[in-house]
Amino acid sequence: MPERTGVLIRRNVLIIFMSVEMMLNAVNLSFVALAYHFMDLNGQIFVLMVMVVAAAEVAVGLAIVMTIVRRKDTTNIEDVNLLKG
Amino acid sequence: MFLFVIFSAIAIVAALGVILSRKPVYSALFLLLNFGTLAAMYIMLQAQFLAMVQVIVYAGAIVVLFLFVMMLIGGGELSDSRDKGASLRGWLTWPRVTALGLSALLVGGLTYGLIAGTLAPIQGSAVAFGAGTIEAIAGVLYTEYVLPFELTSLLLLVGMIGAVVLARREA
Repeated sequence: MPERTGVLIRRNVLIIFMSVEMMLNAVNLSFVALAYHFMDLNGQIFVLMVMVVAAAEVAVGLAIVMTIVRRKDTTNIEDVNLLKG
Repeated sequence: MFLFVIFSAIAIVAALGVILSRKPVYSALFLLLNFGTLAAMYIMLQAQFLAMVQVIVYAGAIVVLFLFVMMLIGGGELSDSRDKGASLRGWLTWPRVTALGLSALLVGGLTYGLIAGTLAPIQGSAVAFGAGTIEAIAGVLYTEYVLPFELTSLLLLVGMIGAVVLARREA
């Protein structure tokens, strides 16, 4: 629960990123637990794939944060509303 | 069971620390603690290789990346302004309602599974499950899952190029 709450209540984009990482970790933990439960290695392979996706996502996402900070000088997502109609 | 209770309590407290800390640097350090307890839980679940990867990739790379970005951004305006005094009606936008509903569904499903006993741990052969070592993982990864493994390298390449292009200063 805490990670989802983090996405919901915080406005700092870095904290939201960390919460997303914790969500992916929660999914990983359930994958590993179910791999142990069913005595099957496929769950652990899937965790490796999730880790790769998380690493790529963090690299691109933090680059986006850097670009936003350079352009608008803010990490508050309320201030980034260019696409709002 | 005793170790699991200890580690899960630390993990939950660390997760709360991530979202409730006032400075993002403290959040990143709590995130490190959370990843560490998860690695310990992986070891308890016979996933030794994944525990090592968790420590190296998450604790070693991702948290350090967060700290680098905070260092580059600077600490001045990092403490975010939580929207205080906002009314509940203004807070309940539809993405939040959807997220809350999905969270309630997940918690409800897990609680039902625990109560109904369908998620009770399998007893007995758990000790014989020595899988999760590097040999076992590699045996599956390089035979059955070799195509997804190759595709992850492509994904990492695209991610790397994207990060470089995005973070590059315009000349």
